[in-house]
Formats: sequence, C-alpha cells, structure tokens
Amino acid sequence: MRDKVVKLAKIFSIFFRIGLFTFGGGFAMIPLIRRELVDKQGWIDEERFIDAILVTQTVPGAVAINLSIFFGYRLLGLAGAVVAAFAVALPSFLIILGFASFFNNFAGHSLVDNIFKGIRPAIVGLILYGGFQLSKSIKWTGSLVLITVLALLATSVLNISPVIIILLVLLITLIDHLLRGRRIIPDKGIQVVKEGQDAENIA
Amino acid sequence: MIYIILFFEFFKIGLFSVGGGLATLPFLKELIDKYGWITQEELLNMIAISESTPGPIGINTATYVGYSVGGILGGIIAVAGIVAPALIIIIIIAHYFDRFYERPLVKGAFMGVRPAVTGLIASVAFGLGRSELFNPGFTGLAFLNLKAILLFLIMLYLIYRYKKHPIIYIITAAIIGIIFKF
Repeated sequence: MRDKVVKLAKIFSIFFRIGLFTFGGGFAMIPLIRRELVDKQGWIDEERFIDAILVTQTVPGAVAINLSIFFGYRLLGLAGAVVAAFAVALPSFLIILGFASFFNNFAGHSLVDNIFKGIRPAIVGLILYGGFQLSKSIKWTGSLVLITVLALLATSVLNISPVIIILLVLLITLIDHLLRGRRIIPDKGIQVVKEGQDAENIA
Repeated sequence: MIYIILFFEFFKIGLFSVGGGLATLPFLKELIDKYGWITQEELLNMIAISESTPGPIGINTATYVGYSVGGILGGIIAVAGIVAPALIIIIIIAHYFDRFYERPLVKGAFMGVRPAVTGLIASVAFGLGRSELFNPGFTGLAFLNLKAILLFLIMLYLIYRYKKHPIIYIITAAIIGIIFKF
C-alpha cells in the first residue's frame, strides 16, 4: 500500500513536470518522457515505448494526454492512468485560469486589443500551415484528395458537423476493409510521424 | 444543466478529434458557433496562448470555455469531458491489445481519417480567416481588412520559409499589432 502511494506520488511529479515543460505540443514531450521513464526509472522498455507512441497517435485526443494515460496505466493500472492524466493537464489548466482572469480584467484595454488583433492573422497562417504539415504526412491518391475536398466543402459550405464527417470516413474505412478487393485507402498511404519529425505545430 | 452540456460537448470533442492538436479546432469552432460560449476572436486568442504556453490546445480551450461558462467548476468539468474518451479508449487498448497499431483495421482507419482532418483544418482556417481578414457587411475596398491581410500574407510566408517555433511568429505579430495600432 505504502509502495503504491509512493509510486503514485512519483508518477504525479514526473507527469506534472512533463506537462509544465512541454512547449510545442505532444511530440515535443517524447524525449522528456523517454528520459524519465526509460532511462532514469527503467519502468518501460524501448520496444513498449515505441509501441505506445504509435498507439497514442492513432486514437483520438491530444498526444500528450494519451501518452500520459498509456504510461500511467502500464505503470500502476487505473489509478496510475488517472493520476498521470490529471498531473499532465494540471499545469495548462492553472496557466489558462490565470489568462482567463487576465482577459476579464484587461478586455477592451487598447494595448491588449492591439496585441491580439495583430496576433490573430498570424494564427490563421499557423492553422493553415498546420493543415499543410499534416497533408505532407499523407501519400496522396485520387480518392484521398477527394476525401479531403469533400470534408472541406461539407463543413465550410454545407455546415455539416465534423463529427458526421469523421464518422462517415470511419464507415468508409470499415467498408473498404471488408471489401478487400478494391482498395479506396492504400495500405502504405500514410506514414506515422515518428519522434523528432514535425515536433512543432502539432500542439 | 450547463455542467452536463459542457461535459457532453467536450466528451464529443475528445472522442472525435483524431490526429494531433489542430484536429480539435473544427469541433471547437462548431461548438462556439452553436452555443456562443466564447467569440471567434477569443478562440483565436486561445490558440495563440496555447501555442505560447505548455499544454495541448484541447485542454487549454476546454479550460477557458469551461471557466467562461461555469467558473472553475466549469473548467474542471470541461477538461474532464475532453480527457474521458482517451482515458476509456487507451485503458481498453493497454489492457486488451498488444501491438495495437499493427492491426490492419486500425491502420486503415488512421489512414482514412487523416485526409479528412486535413480538409477540416483548412475549413477552420478559411472560416476564421473570413472574419479576421475581411469586413463583412462592407462592399468594395472597405470589405478588405488590408492591414490584417498584409500581415497574414507576410506571416504565412515567414512560417513557411523559416519553420520556427510558433511562439516566434506570435510575438512578432504582437509587436506589429502594437506598433501599427491594429
């Protein structure tokens, strides 16, 4: 029992630090997690570590949170997973609460207004570039381009919910999987982003 | 009950945003269009802050929206909502599957979703860009927000050309915003 509490406290402190120092998104935290869990603590071996990176990119949700849940669970079951997720999210939660109260106090202040009016066009650029980055990890085929264009038109022109679009694509994938003969989605169409690649812009 | 709606809406975002941080944006944009909990400008401000502080966009925005709607408890509930699907899914995978990624169906689903997510992210950029770079309701030259368009094009070029950390561009744009009184 005491061992378990000590280990939970350690999981908390490791993932809190990871949450606090990970700028630039989930992929930026991979070296940090490796150092803590593989090299320093020896809790996870190298092969399991790589497997975890692949899994956490494939399932929904932020990579940072996913990695923490995955390792937390492997280390100490459900309690480990919950504590790791809580610890990694806590720093951003506190920082944003700080910003939210700042905005409440300074909204309408002309300097703050100028700053954010300047920043917003740049953010539109960053989002556009983020989409471009994602597109580079795809080996395009005609049907994949069609999926992209349809998704774009369906949301921006027809106002169809992204939830519907993702569900439809998953359905198409399932059908494609069952009818192996004619493949819509090629087997090796998309590479998985490995450590070090595109660490930026994928927050 | 606002807290139940908050939890449910962010649970949905957590469940469907596959493929990295920006993948949450289409859902967040739909959410604010639907409920008006925060404005489009606030969403863009939050993305700027998310890119400049540690932590994923999803968590940061959930905190901000939840707090705006229902105080600190609202923030906690929204974050719990967005994290819950990952918690459930990953625990199931970690428990029952080994080498999960190598299953063909999983691989296929991942490959199919990425192009769709690319399209969805582009749609967010167009949607937010429309309100930032243009002045709806005006015609002719007044329709164009020339200062913002110029800044956008310069930034897009710099981002593409130099591939630096987003915080560099955000600070640069902030300074330009102050000097040229945006």
